[in-house]
Amino acid sequence: MMTPVKDPKVKTKQAGESGLKRLTRHQMFIPLAALALLVLFNLIADPSFFAVSIKENSLGNPVLSGNIISVLDNASELVILAIGMTLVTASSGGQDISVGATMAIAGSVILRMVCGGQITADTMQMPLLLAVLIGILVSMVFGAFNGALVAYFKIQPMVATLIMYTAGRSIAAWINNNQLPIINDQVFKYAGTFLPGVPVPTPIFITALVILAFWLILKFTTLGLYTQSVGINANSSRLNGLDPKLIKLLTYVILGVCVAVAGFIRVSRSGSINYSRMAENIEMDAILAVALGGNVLSGGRFNIYGSILGAYVIQFLTTTLYKYDVPSTALPAYKAVVVILLVVLSAPVVREKLASLKKAPAKTAKEVS
Amino acid sequence: MKKISCLLVALCMVLALAACSGNDTQQPADNNTPSNTQQPADDNQPAAPASGDLITVGVINNDPNESGYRTANDKAMRDMFTEANGYKATFFNNNDAAQQIATAQQMIQDEVDFLLLSPASTTGWDTVLQDAQAAGTQVILFDRMLEADESMYVAAVVSDMPAEGKTAVDWLAAQGLEEYNIVHIQGLMGTDAQVGRTGALDEKVAAEANWNYVTQQTASWDEETARTITQSVIDGGKPFNVIYAENNGMARGAVAALDANGITHGKDGDVIVMGFDSDTWAMEAVLSGSWNYMGLCNPLQAETVDSIIKDLAAGKAPAQKIIYTPEQGFDAATITQADVDTYGT
Repeated sequence: MMTPVKDPKVKTKQAGESGLKRLTRHQMFIPLAALALLVLFNLIADPSFFAVSIKENSLGNPVLSGNIISVLDNASELVILAIGMTLVTASSGGQDISVGATMAIAGSVILRMVCGGQITADTMQMPLLLAVLIGILVSMVFGAFNGALVAYFKIQPMVATLIMYTAGRSIAAWINNNQLPIINDQVFKYAGTFLPGVPVPTPIFITALVILAFWLILKFTTLGLYTQSVGINANSSRLNGLDPKLIKLLTYVILGVCVAVAGFIRVSRSGSINYSRMAENIEMDAILAVALGGNVLSGGRFNIYGSILGAYVIQFLTTTLYKYDVPSTALPAYKAVVVILLVVLSAPVVREKLASLKKAPAKTAKEVS
Repeated sequence: MKKISCLLVALCMVLALAACSGNDTQQPADNNTPSNTQQPADDNQPAAPASGDLITVGVINNDPNESGYRTANDKAMRDMFTEANGYKATFFNNNDAAQQIATAQQMIQDEVDFLLLSPASTTGWDTVLQDAQAAGTQVILFDRMLEADESMYVAAVVSDMPAEGKTAVDWLAAQGLEEYNIVHIQGLMGTDAQVGRTGALDEKVAAEANWNYVTQQTASWDEETARTITQSVIDGGKPFNVIYAENNGMARGAVAALDANGITHGKDGDVIVMGFDSDTWAMEAVLSGSWNYMGLCNPLQAETVDSIIKDLAAGKAPAQKIIYTPEQGFDAATITQADVDTYGT
């Protein structure tokens, strides 16, 4: 990661020359532009979209309410998944399509623990923290299963995770004997709704904590660097003393932790679970968030903040569409439009065209100076 | 060599997993077991197994995990059609009509005596029904109807979905609100339950000037989607006073959004909450006055289906072609604990 020291003057000159070009080439450009577009659309169509008010919920707590709060709140699971998905994408050059199903498993395990095997429980049968820890452990095991298939058996990630994608929801149902458990303890729902006296939805805090944790991990450990180098060239990183298999496995286990946290938020929103519908198709949104964040889906360099922003953009789009009464069954079609734009923009042919378009004015500018 | 061993180990892991999950969504009947049942000489004769033999049935149902209703329904079928009760049964659960159809055709080829069917969609079954008739397999519909001529099946034990919808809408009309601003949360589009429950409300909203939809969205039976839709209506600031959710799970999701925004609901609240199906917890919510109405949809058809099959095997045709399971609506004002104990599942 050592770069030759450049003359600071040259550097600033370069930056000044191609400010716009650098901006459009910056990784965060696409998600930021998409977000700006959505904000602009809502400002013009109906500025009341951004209104936030304080209401009192049925437990007598003051709570914030409004579309923006809903976006931040409802995006939580997706943001957390997108972070893990970015690491997996970077290290293995593929995506885990089983995250929705394994979220159902994690949620099912946590509910089974707090309900103590009963169908309806009015109080938690186990300390919440312990139940969540067990959920995280189980989820890590499933992450390791996926990771082992990818890293040690060299199976294409999408094919390897297809196994859990297919079997996961049945396993989740089996964990609870095919019952749909319900927990009525308010404390269990704190994580998915509001803490008493706090007007901001708890999932927003949990997401912030997860982002902070990853910021610290990436800043103070070599995880980011290793993941990136394994993703760019597994052989050369092996020759440099890294174990690419272990690092790939590790990223899948980390995704497992993210899945468990997301699954916990989801089940604690309602205190119940619907195995076949819970977090349906969320894996596609998570992959889309990674792509929208400007990450290359074939691995290598990555930026988790791009994916996080991408996830918020997707939720922003969903909420906007709900506001204008677009049928929820039509939502995937709108997301497809985003995918098409992304794919077209990142196609080599289009990139070359764009680059040649940009080069021409840049040259003339240089001549003038 | 290494590759092959890798592949083998991976295969073992997959199989082990499949074994763990072995609770439902099983494959069609296995072909190795000899079928002792004789095929009838012509189509009009019932497939009568020799005494002492097991009656083979193929049961095609929806995903047991889609809702509490389906869980109860699937369990009742599995408990009824066992070897102890004289059946050799194969079960298949899927919410995708195309997969249900493929499996049904497989079961017909495997020459089951009876095909018990809860179709995931109301259309697209013509070929299956014709094949069944040609092969001498008798089709009995349970829980959900499909669009076909009555002669194509021997009996149907179903919930009268349009009647359920109408009972609910009539109840709502009797509440005498000045204006009905309805948040309508629909089930999985195209299912019998969704079509019936939506139909009655659509008709009323079109007919009455003071009945309006604030929003009409499908949450595909999902609680969380229902919560998001309701939250979005609240965020949009559109006033509403009725939640008409086509199953209990979705009503529960909508109520979570109401609670989060401090909107009162139920018997003495600002918003009327309506759900469907038979979950005990939902009936308790009606009993406590937190909800206003639950339209009962009885999931327990297994016994009726069993008696029809036994009659047919004895050469007795069912008295009625379509048998509706008895159903009613429960109102927060009149429901009793006895109702909850009797009808809750």
